[in-house]
Amino acid sequence: MTMAQALNAALADELAGDDRVVLIGEDIGTLGGVFRITDGLKTRFGGERVIDAPLAESGIVGTAIGMAYAGQRPVCEIQFDGFVYPAFDQIVSQASRLRYRTGGFVAMPLTIRIPFGGGIGAVEHHSESPEAYFAHTPGLRVVTVADPQDAYSTLRAAIRSEDPVIFLEPKRRYWGKGEVDRTLRADLDSARVLRPGRDATLVAYGPLVLTALEAAVAAEDDGIDLEVIDLRSLAPLDRATVAASVRRTGRLVVTHEAPGTVSLAAEVITSAIEDCFDHLEAAPERVTGYDIPYPPSAFEEHHLPGIDRILDAVDRTLGRRHSREVRA
Amino acid sequence: MSTTIPETDHDLVGGPDQPLQVLAEDGTRHRSPTLDPLLTDLDQDALADLLADMTVLRAIDDEAVALQRQGELGLWPPLKGQEAAQIGLSRALDPDDFLFTSYRENGLAWLRGVTPAEMLAVWRGTALSGWDPFARRMATPQVVIAAQTLHAVGHAMATRTRGEDGITVACFGDGATSQGDFAEALVFAASFQVPVLFFCQNNQYAISEPIGVQSIVPLSHRPVGVGIPVLRVDGNDVLAVRAASRLAAQRIRAGGGPMFLEAVTYRLGPHTTSDDPTRYRDEAELDRWRRRDPILRLERHLEQLGAPVEQVRARAAERAAEAATALRAALAELTPPDVESMFRHVLETEHPGLVRQRDQLAALEASLGPALGEDS
Repeated sequence: MTMAQALNAALADELAGDDRVVLIGEDIGTLGGVFRITDGLKTRFGGERVIDAPLAESGIVGTAIGMAYAGQRPVCEIQFDGFVYPAFDQIVSQASRLRYRTGGFVAMPLTIRIPFGGGIGAVEHHSESPEAYFAHTPGLRVVTVADPQDAYSTLRAAIRSEDPVIFLEPKRRYWGKGEVDRTLRADLDSARVLRPGRDATLVAYGPLVLTALEAAVAAEDDGIDLEVIDLRSLAPLDRATVAASVRRTGRLVVTHEAPGTVSLAAEVITSAIEDCFDHLEAAPERVTGYDIPYPPSAFEEHHLPGIDRILDAVDRTLGRRHSREVRA
Repeated sequence: MSTTIPETDHDLVGGPDQPLQVLAEDGTRHRSPTLDPLLTDLDQDALADLLADMTVLRAIDDEAVALQRQGELGLWPPLKGQEAAQIGLSRALDPDDFLFTSYRENGLAWLRGVTPAEMLAVWRGTALSGWDPFARRMATPQVVIAAQTLHAVGHAMATRTRGEDGITVACFGDGATSQGDFAEALVFAASFQVPVLFFCQNNQYAISEPIGVQSIVPLSHRPVGVGIPVLRVDGNDVLAVRAASRLAAQRIRAGGGPMFLEAVTYRLGPHTTSDDPTRYRDEAELDRWRRRDPILRLERHLEQLGAPVEQVRARAAERAAEAATALRAALAELTPPDVESMFRHVLETEHPGLVRQRDQLAALEASLGPALGEDS
């Protein structure tokens, strides 16, 4: 099934299995969501479980916090990444710290689903990667998924978590297909090594996992053996899996769509330097979106990290000839 | 779900700009066709109890201000002048009704059985919030203005979906009505006909900014635009607030959808112990509101009824003194917990990054050894 169908199946299975689960968001009921992730769920579970909300993001997250207070397990849908900012206060000042500020009395089993990232030719505010804002906030779990199986299992784990989870859905991978075993369970804490390799560690997450795997296949032609890690959990970070890999390969490249400054890539690289500096054979590299607001879609193929930019960075860590030298 | 205001409630919408009142400033009892039917159960003893309650809240407030001035509390937001609003609301609710409040509702907290130590912990800086919200049926104080109005609406939606009794109350001040979250809370409440009471204590000032900066019409005009019926009462008249709160709660409990109640009152003290109200309001205005003092007003009413006011006052003073003493005594319970506790409850489970930071701090402190003077 597609990732979109896998997410729909995960929501349906959680709604069916636990009457405390409630969905709330704009257009998620009758329409089934702008990406149809909630297709058919209102018909099946009713308007009190699948709530078409007024057009107000702070209202969606704020009322969901109140629902969680009253013992429900709300799942909010934010329609697009660029629309989450009006709800920022309710996420970072409220949901993230209720457990902490009440000394553990109030849990926030709240999931906030956000379709994120570019690559679909959208207009502005529809292609953002806001993960670093949330990963920076203590008390939130921030996760993202890369394929249908992972999407299904991780969304179910997010809904069952007692902590608030920012669940980032790579929208350009919604239509990618894969097998889904509904009995498989996931946790929210661990990165996974998708492909073992010898020469360098390539860390990606969300939409760029597929790109990283394609880059690894392309690198084989040059005799380079890349290890690919899907980070999955952006907060808390699974430093141990990254460090173990870097100890084997000695080289590290991190790639994501968000701007590189003060980014997840910066955090992963710093963690690796702290954890296994002695094993690094070269300076780590980050291959990210540029430090610009997301550009008009005519430019996005240049802005988004692709195979060439990733392999170029891999070359640099290996001390091989690369584009920067060519330009010099 | 309908958002139409029922015909019979048209007198609750908009209404005269003059807030509903039962007790005049001199203690004379007005007739109020809207509120009188809700006050028939009050005998002289009940009135004396209300007076004692208000006296206790004032004593707690005065004591907390004194504790702050003596350096025992970092900050305190005085509620002096708003006793009638908080007691009037509290005495109209059921024990199961759930409150989401701002930080000036320490009177409500007291009436919900919050202990002095639980109440002072935040202001002494030993905790971020002091009590179990579920045991007290009251969320711990909200500092971000109007954020809790949405939590109340969501709580009420869930309560209804789960088939539970009880209404939810959102308490906030006049400044909160300017916030986006308040507007969104009204829309959600009206659209879904949520069992929630919006209780606004309009105390005329948001720190230094007078009500005119927030609104050029009565605040209660706003919910009308989304279809929420309103009541506007004299917030310094404890009988009016109690009756209006009961009316609203009954209507919501009966499935009538949300209501908004504006209690027009006045903060006699500063916003918090950190600001200087002489910079933004004059003595004449203060005098005008001192004459409307909710405690004096009920005393005058009791005098007019021929009640033994001296006795009532003495009994209230005795209770107030006990409460103030308990407050001061609570300081002894408020020592900072161990430093390690700072790292707890960030997530449900400990995560390795945090464990590492906690251990680093512990190792550093251990390496620094005993303080000078102990090392001999």
